[in-house]
Amino acid sequence: MAQFRVCPDSGFYFDKSAESLMKANAVAGAVALLVAGILGLGVILTRWQEVHLLPADLFYQALTGHGLNALIFWIIFFEVAILYFASSTLLRTRLAAPRWAWLGFALMIIGWITNNVAVLQGNSSVMMTSYAPMQAAPHFYLGLILFAVGALIACFVFLGTLVIARDDRTYEGSIPLVTFGALTACIIAIFTIASGAIILIPTFLWSIGYINHIDAEMYRVIWWGMGHSSQQINVAAHVSIWYLIVGVLFGARPMSEKVSRMAFLLYILFLQLASAHHILVDPGISSEWKIFNTSYAMYLAVLASMIHGLTVPGSMEVAQRRKGLTKGMFEWLRKAPWGNPVFSGFFFSLIIFGFIGGITGVVMGTEQINLIIHNTIYVPAHFHATVAVGTTLAFMALTYLLIPVLFRRQVFLPWVAKWQPYVFASGMTLMILFMLGAGTLGVSRRHWDMDFAGSLLAFEYPGTAYTMMAVAGIGGVLAVLGGAMFLLVTVGSLLFGKRLDESAGFLQSFGFALAPASYNVEQPERLPMAPRLAVEEHGSAGFEAPGTFALALALLVCFVVYYFINWDYLASVWPLS
Amino acid sequence: MSTFLPPAERNWWSSPVGKQEIVWIGIALVWCLIMFLMMPYWHIYGKQNLSTEAYQTSPQRYQAKVDAMVAEHQVGTEAGVPVVRPPVGSDVYMLARLWQWYPILELQKNQSYRLHLSSMDWQHGFSLQPVNINMQVVPGYEMVLTMTPDQSGEFTVVCNEYCGIGHHLMLGKIYVKEN
Repeated sequence: MAQFRVCPDSGFYFDKSAESLMKANAVAGAVALLVAGILGLGVILTRWQEVHLLPADLFYQALTGHGLNALIFWIIFFEVAILYFASSTLLRTRLAAPRWAWLGFALMIIGWITNNVAVLQGNSSVMMTSYAPMQAAPHFYLGLILFAVGALIACFVFLGTLVIARDDRTYEGSIPLVTFGALTACIIAIFTIASGAIILIPTFLWSIGYINHIDAEMYRVIWWGMGHSSQQINVAAHVSIWYLIVGVLFGARPMSEKVSRMAFLLYILFLQLASAHHILVDPGISSEWKIFNTSYAMYLAVLASMIHGLTVPGSMEVAQRRKGLTKGMFEWLRKAPWGNPVFSGFFFSLIIFGFIGGITGVVMGTEQINLIIHNTIYVPAHFHATVAVGTTLAFMALTYLLIPVLFRRQVFLPWVAKWQPYVFASGMTLMILFMLGAGTLGVSRRHWDMDFAGSLLAFEYPGTAYTMMAVAGIGGVLAVLGGAMFLLVTVGSLLFGKRLDESAGFLQSFGFALAPASYNVEQPERLPMAPRLAVEEHGSAGFEAPGTFALALALLVCFVVYYFINWDYLASVWPLS
Repeated sequence: MSTFLPPAERNWWSSPVGKQEIVWIGIALVWCLIMFLMMPYWHIYGKQNLSTEAYQTSPQRYQAKVDAMVAEHQVGTEAGVPVVRPPVGSDVYMLARLWQWYPILELQKNQSYRLHLSSMDWQHGFSLQPVNINMQVVPGYEMVLTMTPDQSGEFTVVCNEYCGIGHHLMLGKIYVKEN
């Protein structure tokens, strides 16, 4: 019985059940992104003090829902789709245990709805972090637990699929780099979910009265074992997508398999107690512990990101130069397909993640510098650069690639798609930069009213802070517009896009299989190893990607200057010991 | 086409690495080491370091200490909150609760105080403005740090950890007087 189809445009093979699961997970993710975007608009229009849209209770409710839907539900649904793609599709193998995969999907959907209902009911406005002893309704935690169990099942389905591919020898040699990166994300996901279980299960029992005390500091340490590590799942996943996109668009090969794979490995090895970054100004934790666990003595996870920062654009540059775009330092980049949203989305994701997200993250994760940043609006600015641009925009770029390949529809309104990454990235960047500025002026995160109206004591932030929050508001609105354009294109494509396969109808857009006749491959040919290059010039030809090296040095200069500016700023505040 | 194809070499581990990557890894590693060393360096030569002194406590015990300080050193009242002028170098207590920082402190410039912080209920955030020093205040834990105000004037403590519907009402004051 044939169960594979081959995409005539891309040559990718899709296993029938894996294909349905990818579609279902990606669509669920897009719905979560829609919810997150609407709530995010409410949040940013409230933080823009001149607009101040929502009343306090709705603001905190919207902020809780925004965080959960954007950071957890949208991203993890989409990552499950990526795991199935990176295993089943890239390795040309059937998916392990599709029924278990559907069970995992069902649990994730139930958990997602349960958690959102709890937030909507209004008595669980506890923020995504739900710091004890502030308590949410029991089904708030239960929803998260069910979702996590579903995601864990998906992780094991992914691992099982790798085992099947190996046993059936569906590929020659080693797994591809993209699959290797996805495997990294999966391994990090498993210990992340374990941390989540260790803290959320007791917290759930506490919320139903079975346990009478949750230590607030213990909660922070363990919760962030989930909260921070889960961001490293995102990094591993979107770096894998970067590699995939440069491979598909430019036929790029990694500059060196060894270096890129070692960099992924560093993510796994040096993140165990990443919660340290979030408890740098907490009571009762020694400086030695904080310094060691925030850096593991050498910042090897940062090193890993700096390596990918070179090798991803570097492999693109090498591929472009091989095609003859060799003029000057940057012809390879100037003549890139800037009108293709797959490319522009990927490239903005890479640049903003590195230059803004990466640098601010390391700066605020420095033990002492955290004193001048902790819980200011600088923090959400940082993670919008990493997650909202780095991860989300990379996933959006991938979606444009997958609409024809996976969903067999032509992209709807291609001119909207063409501009979408520009609108989204510029809006986000504007918002991020001005939130960073406002945070430096001390503006608090998760705060309804920077006027403190009604307080018995008074305080006024400097006028600049108000201006910065207003510009951030404009950027935020622009970013939401960019998000809406993305959803318009994707939902439009799924509903109205021209069918590339006759049977790709309405239901097929949401997870149903195509007509049986489309699946005419019993077992795909074994996936061959990449062809060897005529001349293996690695190691002898000097600098293969000088433009990328210049970009990397520019990053380093920004990094060093900004890092020491922050030490200088720290040195100006009151002495503490 | 090889980021998503198996590597060209069966034994990719032993294929050579380009010069450019080696140089970059070297530069990046040196920078990472500098960043690591900056943290211990600042503990020795820097003036702004976090305290590692903390005690487990309970709201009742902590409240008793605060009340004792207020009873002994109160010099006035503002907006219904006592204003306290503790002796130079002494232990100074501030508590966080829904939605108030208590009491108001009056300190002297360039003098050191041992500031104690704890919460009576949920988590709060001590955010001293416009200086911009931020610390987490956690119930059940009493953090002690030595603070030396080197500016005079009126300073505000904003709560910057979300603590419910009245979060934005939660302000406190520290006054620093010239000697």
